[in-house]
Amino acid sequence: MQAVFFYLFATIMIASAGVVIFARNPVHSVLFLILAFCNGAGLFLLAGAEFLAMILIVVYVGAVAVLFLFVVMMLDVDFAELKQGFAKYLPVGVGVGVVVLAELGFVALGWSSAPSAADAAANPIIPQMSNTAALGQILYTKYVIFFQASALVLLTAMIGAIVLTLHHKPNIKRQKIAEQNARTRENVIEIKKVPFRTGV
Amino acid sequence: MLTIGLTHYLVVAAVLFTLGIAGIILNRKNIIVILMSVELILLAVNLNFVAFSQSLADLTGQVFALFVLTVAAAEAAIGLAILVAFYRNRGTIAVEDINSLKG
Repeated sequence: MQAVFFYLFATIMIASAGVVIFARNPVHSVLFLILAFCNGAGLFLLAGAEFLAMILIVVYVGAVAVLFLFVVMMLDVDFAELKQGFAKYLPVGVGVGVVVLAELGFVALGWSSAPSAADAAANPIIPQMSNTAALGQILYTKYVIFFQASALVLLTAMIGAIVLTLHHKPNIKRQKIAEQNARTRENVIEIKKVPFRTGV
Repeated sequence: MLTIGLTHYLVVAAVLFTLGIAGIILNRKNIIVILMSVELILLAVNLNFVAFSQSLADLTGQVFALFVLTVAAAEAAIGLAILVAFYRNRGTIAVEDINSLKG
């Protein structure tokens, strides 16, 4: 049963990754990227990484892929023009792909690990503990510095993205709250004595 | 064939990684698809981490995959923000037009 689902997820993931590359319309690319991520999450589940599978769905499908979709739909670009060099780069791309696949294939099929590798595990998986609890147990103790550092990375990314994309147009009236709060009766109201029959 | 081992995962990840590399080369002009290919490559890397984590019964691989996910999300956000800012300034996102720093 596990094998059936493994082959199902793996086939759909690789096929949709191919569509991501070869699709003419970038919107289709993004949608198939989402499909690839969902099937990748399925593979994570089969490998016993339940928490990472859920994070993959939430963060990648829910945030990153939707961000891509926003950008693709927001930019008014002639994508047919961007596709023109495709045939020219096809031989190079296929050549590099074959070489990389051959190299990775040699590594994936011909490797062997030391017999003591399993005993050297830094954080052995405890079968009685759920995956999420076990991850939290080491993430908040042993790797807390790295956890904080990744939070800083995200903070920097957030501030950077806001600074890069936010721009104020001139000639737009905005509410200035500090100025409104600083108003006092003395510098706002002025009492004038109007002379009789002359006006202001 | 019917018991799924580490090698199966490694082969799937290798194919996915190769598709990502090929995607970068094939879509040289379209930077959005290049960014998507980078995401595919990072997914392949994460698949390797998780497969080894399961095979060696060691949680460290999953912790590292979590950090890779974090960096990938940050990278996508910054990359797309730069793309939007560039499009606003120049009206194009073709890669060969991005050569202001070329001497």
